[in-house]
Amino acid sequence: MKILGNLTFDALKHDGITGLTVNAMLIGAPIAFILLVAGLTYFKRWPTAIGFVKWLWKNWLTSLDPKKIGVMYLVTAFAMLLRGVADAAMMRAQQATSVGSSHGIVSSDTFQQVFTAHGTIMIFFVAMGLMFGIINLVLPLQIGARDVAFPFMNSASFWLYVAGTVLINLSLVVGQLAATGWLAYPPLSELAYSPGVGVDYWIWSLQIAGIGSMLSGINFLVTILKMRRPGMTLMKMPMFTWSVLNAMVLVAFAFPILTATLAMLALDRTLGMHFFTAGAGGNAMMYVNLIWAWGHPEVYILVLPAFGIFSEVVATYSHKRLFGYTSMVWALGAITFLSFIVWLHHFFTMGAGADVNTFFGIMTAVIAVPTGVKVFNWLFTMYRGRVVFATPMLWFLGFVVTFTIGGMTGVLMSVPAIDFQVHNTLFLVAHFHNMIIGGVVFGYFAGITYWWPKIFGFKLNERLGRYAFWCWFTGFLLAFIPLYILGLMGAARRLDHYDASMGWQWLFIVSGVGVLFISAGIGFQILQLAYSVWKRKENRDTTGDPWNGRTLEWSVPSPAPYYNFAVLSPVTERDPFWEAKQKAGSDRPAKQKYEDFEMPKNSPMGMFIAAFAFIFGFAVIWHIWWLVPLALLAVITTIAIRTLDDHSEYTVTAAEVEELEASHAQ
Amino acid sequence: MHNNDSKTVFGFWVYLMTDCVLFASLFVTYAVLHGNTFGGPGAAELFSLPFVLGETLILLTSSFTAGLAMLAAHAGRPRQVLAWFAVTFLLGVAFLTMEVTEFSKLAHEGNSWQRSGFLSAFFTLVGTHGLHITSGLIWMGIMMTKVVRGGLAPNTLRRLTLLSMFWHFLDIIWIFIFTIVYLMGAAS
Repeated sequence: MKILGNLTFDALKHDGITGLTVNAMLIGAPIAFILLVAGLTYFKRWPTAIGFVKWLWKNWLTSLDPKKIGVMYLVTAFAMLLRGVADAAMMRAQQATSVGSSHGIVSSDTFQQVFTAHGTIMIFFVAMGLMFGIINLVLPLQIGARDVAFPFMNSASFWLYVAGTVLINLSLVVGQLAATGWLAYPPLSELAYSPGVGVDYWIWSLQIAGIGSMLSGINFLVTILKMRRPGMTLMKMPMFTWSVLNAMVLVAFAFPILTATLAMLALDRTLGMHFFTAGAGGNAMMYVNLIWAWGHPEVYILVLPAFGIFSEVVATYSHKRLFGYTSMVWALGAITFLSFIVWLHHFFTMGAGADVNTFFGIMTAVIAVPTGVKVFNWLFTMYRGRVVFATPMLWFLGFVVTFTIGGMTGVLMSVPAIDFQVHNTLFLVAHFHNMIIGGVVFGYFAGITYWWPKIFGFKLNERLGRYAFWCWFTGFLLAFIPLYILGLMGAARRLDHYDASMGWQWLFIVSGVGVLFISAGIGFQILQLAYSVWKRKENRDTTGDPWNGRTLEWSVPSPAPYYNFAVLSPVTERDPFWEAKQKAGSDRPAKQKYEDFEMPKNSPMGMFIAAFAFIFGFAVIWHIWWLVPLALLAVITTIAIRTLDDHSEYTVTAAEVEELEASHAQ
Repeated sequence: MHNNDSKTVFGFWVYLMTDCVLFASLFVTYAVLHGNTFGGPGAAELFSLPFVLGETLILLTSSFTAGLAMLAAHAGRPRQVLAWFAVTFLLGVAFLTMEVTEFSKLAHEGNSWQRSGFLSAFFTLVGTHGLHITSGLIWMGIMMTKVVRGGLAPNTLRRLTLLSMFWHFLDIIWIFIFTIVYLMGAAS
């Protein structure tokens, strides 16, 4: 028996660009580590370093405060965004140069891994991370709660997401990633055609992160339904909260399908089962159905919170209440329901028959109705409002343009006859980037800018934010409008080489220039972050309400205290903080009566659970069988120890709260 | 703490719904693949109904005894709680033993999960239920030591409520397995 399973030194060997990067990392990392140790010893800075690690451990890594967990989500997701964009740049460079006798910058095999990594990372580790980050930061504050329903489970969810992130990035160095595309369709992803560890890395990083997402879904669902401020009935909830509620219902119903599907693919590959194999009674179409029964709702899981963010942003910066609140709620509900009965439009060409295709085509087209209702409601909210064109509003207006283009091409493709023409072409690629970048990413950027002062206590620089927006917006159009044209010209997606006579190259070059613009946008965002941190004293938010906001999160100081609200007084209105400001001259009543309450203690156990889950995944990927039961046992034991702990909370006394509140008031 | 109770119980309901969706995915896959025997034996030839009926009765009884244990828990009688959970535990072990016996018999006759798409779906669906029963048994064991040590504290009572919900849920899933896999299989 091999003690390390299939893992040998060959796993570290790579060619081409990946080889260069990996070798640089393999040589660079130990050198950097030695330099760090030597430097700390030479300059006698060990106490500082240890102090820093302790601070990090106590204030961040073991924290159960959703605001801190939210920030950690954003940091991880932004790091992954850089990797995802680097992958995108490689793809654009390859397709712009690999024409005729030239074969571009990477081999076909690397190219396949790159587009798999790009899709997987952008959806699971960027978009999902940004989404759960923003929800953690904002949602408890917005419903007037002190915490989420299950603070420890929240931390475990976050660390499972990190474990998945580490696992998929590890595949770059140890072994390889799947070369199957981001949804790993069988039979290609079966052992017979993908014998390496690539697909296994893909399965287990998604499985681990996906279980984290499912737990988050349950957590926020219960938080919204059980922990709202007294008086905040469902129809008085802020629109962002409504959108998250709908998204979390989708998470709870869709993610178990992903878990089951990935498990079945893993059983095929690891235990020799025949769910989706080409022979022995397997059915690959079953996989495609199952994965899209999760995958289509997933699109709405990502975009609904973005809709919610825009609802808050537009109302705040227009200084008007949201137009058509009730219709907005019903539109969300309709989208949530419809998103479960359209999955087949991802494979009209598979041969389900005309009747089935017709049903799914009509259902798909129908989704445009509630979505259209939302777009018009936002525009009507702006109508006759005192609109402030701050950066979040720019993201919104950019979104209206790009999302509407994407929506129209989507309705176009909902017609099966048209879909047969553009299926699997760059037209489709352009369409879903319109939805995911122009819808989801723009929305999250708007949300981060909007709520930034509440989390960090200072505003982001507006000028650099505008530069970043215009670069992203221009870059987006330059990168994806050519892909629509290319798709109509017949360019299939995922091509690593094409003939010069196609006449495609100039469009691919324009698209590549678009990526440069987007990269410049990201550069401005980094600059904006650094500059705003540097100038934070001048941009400090002393009022807690920098934008003249409407909902409860703006009624507390910035940054919000760890317990969010000192007093949980009932609300009576839909925009409670706005109404309170209209009624009284002062924002807060003069004298409050404080009470003791319980808060969760810090805990590293979530991190430990995720670490053992990571080891479990790694062991299965490399067939290190002795380690598998040990890691599983460690996961179970850690969960048992934590859930049986009766002393996981501590009491915050009224006196402490009074002291802290007084210090904020000064 | 009363507020915590309602949150936890509701959260566990939502979890059970997600688990329900997980099983639904496996049921649907079984429904699609149950005819794909690839020249091997089908459901009618493989399964022995009287044996599975025995399994079913054992599991149903264990659900009943778990209910009795919860009645005792709410009445504040820790000894009775332990006794009824001990019975439930033994019935659970008996069920699991019968399932493992069935599985190993099938595998020894050359009809393992590698034989056909149908058998892959069968082993995975029934095996996932078996894994849930196993985790339920581990959980039950931990809770019994907890009751022995600390009696029926409010926290323990809440956890016992969740455990019994889990156990009844697995019972319901088994009813579907018994109907769809075994009864409909024998009828086909």
